[in-house]
Amino acid sequence: MEDAIRLVGITKTFGQVRANRDISLTIRRGEILSLLGENGSGKTTLMNILSGIYFPDSGQVFVGGREVTIASPKDAFDLGIGMIHQHFKLVDVFTAAENIILGLPGERRGRLDMKAVEDKVRKICDRYGFDIEPDQKVYEMTVSQKQTLEIVKVLYRGADILILDEPTAVLTPQETEKLFAVMREMKKDGHAVVIITHKLHEVLSVSDRVSILRKGEYIGTVDTKDATELSLTEMMVGKKVTLDIERPAPENLVKRIEVKDLNVMGPEGVPVLKNVSFEAFGGEILGIAGISGCGQKELLEAVAGLTVPMAGSSITFFPPEKEDRPEQLVGRSPREIKEMGVHLSFVPEDRLGMGLVASMGMADNMMLKSYEKGSSFFVEKKNPREVAEKVKEELAVVTPSVSYPVRRLSGGNVQKVLVGREIAAAPAVLMTAYAVRGLDIGTSYQIYHLLNEQKKKGVAVIYVGEDLDVLIDLCDRILVLCAGQVTGIVDGRQATKEGIGLLMTKIAREDDGHRHLGHTEPGSENSTEGGAAHE
Amino acid sequence: MIPNLLAWLLRAIQFGTIIMFGSMGEILTEKSGNLNLGVPGIMYLGSFAGFASAYLYENHAENPVPFLCVVIALLCGFLASALGGLIYSFLTITLRANQNVTGLALTTFGMGMANFFGGFLLKGEVYTAAPISNAAFSAKIPFLSDHLGLFGDAVFSYGFLAYAAILLAVFLHVFLNKTRTGLNLRAVGENPATADAAGINVTKYKYLATVIGAGISGIGGLYYVLDYNNGIWATTGQVEALGWLAVALVIFTTWYPLNAIWGAYLFGMLYWLYNFLPKLIGVTNIDRTSSLWQMIPYIVTILVLVGVSLRRKRESQPPASLGLAYFREER
Repeated sequence: MEDAIRLVGITKTFGQVRANRDISLTIRRGEILSLLGENGSGKTTLMNILSGIYFPDSGQVFVGGREVTIASPKDAFDLGIGMIHQHFKLVDVFTAAENIILGLPGERRGRLDMKAVEDKVRKICDRYGFDIEPDQKVYEMTVSQKQTLEIVKVLYRGADILILDEPTAVLTPQETEKLFAVMREMKKDGHAVVIITHKLHEVLSVSDRVSILRKGEYIGTVDTKDATELSLTEMMVGKKVTLDIERPAPENLVKRIEVKDLNVMGPEGVPVLKNVSFEAFGGEILGIAGISGCGQKELLEAVAGLTVPMAGSSITFFPPEKEDRPEQLVGRSPREIKEMGVHLSFVPEDRLGMGLVASMGMADNMMLKSYEKGSSFFVEKKNPREVAEKVKEELAVVTPSVSYPVRRLSGGNVQKVLVGREIAAAPAVLMTAYAVRGLDIGTSYQIYHLLNEQKKKGVAVIYVGEDLDVLIDLCDRILVLCAGQVTGIVDGRQATKEGIGLLMTKIAREDDGHRHLGHTEPGSENSTEGGAAHE
Repeated sequence: MIPNLLAWLLRAIQFGTIIMFGSMGEILTEKSGNLNLGVPGIMYLGSFAGFASAYLYENHAENPVPFLCVVIALLCGFLASALGGLIYSFLTITLRANQNVTGLALTTFGMGMANFFGGFLLKGEVYTAAPISNAAFSAKIPFLSDHLGLFGDAVFSYGFLAYAAILLAVFLHVFLNKTRTGLNLRAVGENPATADAAGINVTKYKYLATVIGAGISGIGGLYYVLDYNNGIWATTGQVEALGWLAVALVIFTTWYPLNAIWGAYLFGMLYWLYNFLPKLIGVTNIDRTSSLWQMIPYIVTILVLVGVSLRRKRESQPPASLGLAYFREER
């Protein structure tokens, strides 16, 4: 088979983060290549380099055997490369046809012949059986139609190398099947098709070859017919690395949070959490694992009162010393929940984007969470300053003074401020998400240590993490989420990386209808087992 | 009655022409996603450069040719305001400075520049004039304006820029809605990431739209001095108020250039309401309340804004990425 694209030694860094490190792979005509990897493994970055969105720091790109420079999306089009992005690149107030011809040179100068464009669009739609009206406005379209429009757009431009970035994330199983049929059709036409995904069953059902990336590095390429879910999972998550994180045995376990049948609807009308049930105990660290975007963030936000769950959901909090008087958290405001002692520290991808005000110092940032305290008209500055000094000292935050803008602190110190602020409030439940995101190893260990300290104090710690090795070594129990559902709750001391890896892709693997609902049950049973074991 | 109504209409159309230029330039700019609040300053630059060049030409040439007055004034007025747009573009597009702050700074800058250099022309006087250029700019359409009675007065008695404004509005409408370049420009203002992915040079489009838009806005200021204000450069700061009205008009039109035509004249009617309405209904002595009457265009703008927001029609919303800087490799 003819090589469509050959990548040699591609490296791309964003600030400190190496998104791609020396990646080489080949895309062939007349076949479907899967690019498999966890979130953050660099799949999208790599393909964005091909589509001209990013420019590589080093490495070569060969298209049709000729070395090329892709400096802009336009260069990519000229080479016949079309990418369908995960987040649709469509103008809402334009019609389908207007979106399709965007940026294209006209047949002739002057007025544009919308009629001819619409006819050509209809022809493509008929060829592949798409249901799109050229004069329909994008804001009236369903998610699936928008995606179809993206594909039509790329085909209209005559692309023969198509890259689809997690195209099935927003589709129903039926729509996914339809998309796969289209992809096979395109393959038959001699196009090269690349699908970026982390769903194993899709890889196995649609692709001819699989290339695997992990943490920005190229792991290898296998023929799909020789691959199994287990072999792919192993390549995707890698071998277990022993980290030697301390893990004190849990003591004096007390039930703090009980979540039952938690359902949350996402902004696009798609459920992001489905019948989630679990318990969290004071004196233990409960890890939450899952491919990113599987509902981890929504779960924490629901507990913290930032998202409103659907009717029938129940989150019960058992306050310390008053365990016999449980409180229902659903329906409470975030502030009420916080005052009860349930604290959330969330480290977003962009650390300073959420939770801290970059240009204010530590003391003022402490105050953000306590501004309502104090009775005078003027803000109370003394207490926050003391708290900040205490956090600075206890967590060894490196800063010239507590009024030094946090924007100028290093990432690790910013995160210590973020976590430290919640710890300073002496919470009963401490939820952290991505607390070590982007940190070096030494600083990460300091954060783990902080969490362990809290655990020893009897706090119920909920830790959402990305790194499986850390989760397995740090957490007492690990809850695995997949596509908004609990696929299992495992004991951290006995968990294996492959086991969790499989649970992380479990629903996706059998996501072909309503059957998967049955698989939630073992998960929730596990959770009660886990709870029973502690009691 | 009739003469009063006619005078009102004449004044309204002339007034409307000033802000129509101002807002058409701003519509073009905003369609690229740049919210340029420097319109008052830009109109100041245009009015000063236009007036100064015409004034200097008139006073230094042996036999000033009216046609050359027009060409020189238009060229200088356009270039000076385009330069203002270029400063704004460099700061907001290349350096990604905050658009609101930059725009407001440009307003202050334009006013300051115009009044500072204006001082050299005034030489201590309160006002100074460029009569030949004024005559050239405000020349009525010959024959038609004299022989058609009231109709001729109402339709053909304006300087050529009043008609140019209407033609420009139609041209802008066709350009934005019927051409590929216009479609691409609108895409840049709606969703620059999408436009970029479609191979559109976002930076180029933003620069061109903002610079040309500023040039067009500046013509409004030029028309104010050399036609509307009878070719008189004075120390009063009226151009600024006109600039803000032009920005208000952009919102009023819901970003459709064709609406700018009747919208501008309506604003003109409303703005001059305080002068003509009392005469029409026979009330005297309203001087003290004239400022209140002049608020009406702004109140109408607010009402339109409320109406548009309530209706939630997607097409009459501002460009979706208006006021936001675009950086391709942002994650």
